[in-house]
Amino acid sequence: MTEATGSTTKRSDLPRQAGRDPVISVRDLKVRYGERTVLDGVSLDIYQGETMVILGGSGSGKTTLLRHMEGLERPAEGSVTVKGVDLGTASRTTLTALRRSMGVSFQSAAMFNSMTVGDNVALPLLEHSTLAESTIRVMVRIKLQQVGLTHVEDLYPTQLSGGMRKRASLARALALDPEILFFDEPSAGLDPVIAAGLDDLILHLKSAFSITIVVVTHELTSAFLIADRMCMIYEGKILAVGTVDEIRSNPDPRVQQFIRREADQPSEASSRYIVGA
Amino acid sequence: MTLLESVGRFSIRQAEYIGRLAIQFWYCLRFSVRASPFQGRGLRWQRTLRQMGDIGVRSLPVLCLVSGATGMIMALQAGAELRRFGAMEAIVTMVGTTMTRELGPLMAAIVVIGRSGSAISAEVATMAVTEELDALRAMALDPIDFVLVPKYLAMLVMLPCLTVMSVFSGILAGGVFAYFTLDLTLLAYLSRTAEILLMRDIVSGLVKAVIFGSIIVHVSCLEGFTVSGGPVGVGHSTTSAVVKSIFLVVLADLLCTTFFYFFWR
Repeated sequence: MTEATGSTTKRSDLPRQAGRDPVISVRDLKVRYGERTVLDGVSLDIYQGETMVILGGSGSGKTTLLRHMEGLERPAEGSVTVKGVDLGTASRTTLTALRRSMGVSFQSAAMFNSMTVGDNVALPLLEHSTLAESTIRVMVRIKLQQVGLTHVEDLYPTQLSGGMRKRASLARALALDPEILFFDEPSAGLDPVIAAGLDDLILHLKSAFSITIVVVTHELTSAFLIADRMCMIYEGKILAVGTVDEIRSNPDPRVQQFIRREADQPSEASSRYIVGA
Repeated sequence: MTLLESVGRFSIRQAEYIGRLAIQFWYCLRFSVRASPFQGRGLRWQRTLRQMGDIGVRSLPVLCLVSGATGMIMALQAGAELRRFGAMEAIVTMVGTTMTRELGPLMAAIVVIGRSGSAISAEVATMAVTEELDALRAMALDPIDFVLVPKYLAMLVMLPCLTVMSVFSGILAGGVFAYFTLDLTLLAYLSRTAEILLMRDIVSGLVKAVIFGSIIVHVSCLEGFTVSGGPVGVGHSTTSAVVKSIFLVVLADLLCTTFFYFFWR
């Protein structure tokens, strides 16, 4: 608890130097599930106020990397530091305090199905703020409007479409006005129009609140649109990190293959599927 | 060597399981303070009350039937033997003490495992596979605090209550038997039972209920928290919660009974 508060004050004491303050720093992170190596020595810095897009194919380890940055998994080898707190050694209480400044939008939306949409969005506010309930109700409506949803407070998550659920889960992630926002596949399974709407929303959040945003995706169009910097993961290793232009002109054939959406050679493809399975 | 290896691996797994239960229990105790109705907005207290309804009130009809039948079975079986010795009067003592000390809490625990233990582990496991538990963690809410504590507190209150009802229906069923075979009125039967029962019997039954309740909630939640393998895993965790709860409850019952036999005569 003290550790997290300490680092918050330290950060706000610093003069605002846009983009030069690493909020998240991953060092030599290695993750193994049994025999399979998911992340193999990943190091990455994400700076205050930037939007970092993590690109990679299915099973490349990008979601695992995100879960480590969110503090949902503890690093076994290597370290992950968020706002000065080492997530590998932080106590449960410190971690909980740190999470109040994070918002997470899950791939599956992860709405609580036993509560109405309004209660879902209200939950973090009810639990972590001392605001009056009537104020919270108003804030819930505002947050839902922010993501383009109206008149859904009294519906249950199962009554919403996939895209609406995803946006509602974003409203919930935004409820506590987070400093860091994590997105796992924001546009997966959404139609192009709604996906574009989500991109606009991310761009808006970026310009209006200067939040640090980390997005994991394999959707190239949206990635190039929203990113300040990108990093490309391939089989548990980072191939390239850089601005959008740097990634575009990266000479690595695997990066180019991904960006140009070229299929693997037949033999390579089949062998990769076997490894993936 | 392989035998030794597998014995070793088995022991380590069991030790790990007990360790996990202990850690979960410790965190649960630490968070339990926050569920007081005077803390914060009392949200956890409201959740606890709702759980009390789920665990307690709705289990009552089936529990009364099960315990009543058990009491009657015991009276019939004992009666068949005691009749030969002309000691039918002893049925009152037998049904009264056995229900209070032993079968009342045990039947309550078994009915609650079947009704609530399985439901708890299915609910928690579903939350785990749909990332709801991760969402809670990401919102700075500890799943133990948010999900387990209300269920645990509800169980701590409700299982002793259910035990009392279970004991009462068992004794009452014995009374019906006594009415027809011993010509003992129900009132006389009940007052005889009240004379026979000692404080020790009642307290030991209630202590068991508290211990059984803790086992049921913690085992069921742990099975849910550690689910793996998607929707199929939910089924497995439910089965495993029921099996492990029944086994541990019976084991705890044996330990308690041994303890009371030697240390509190």
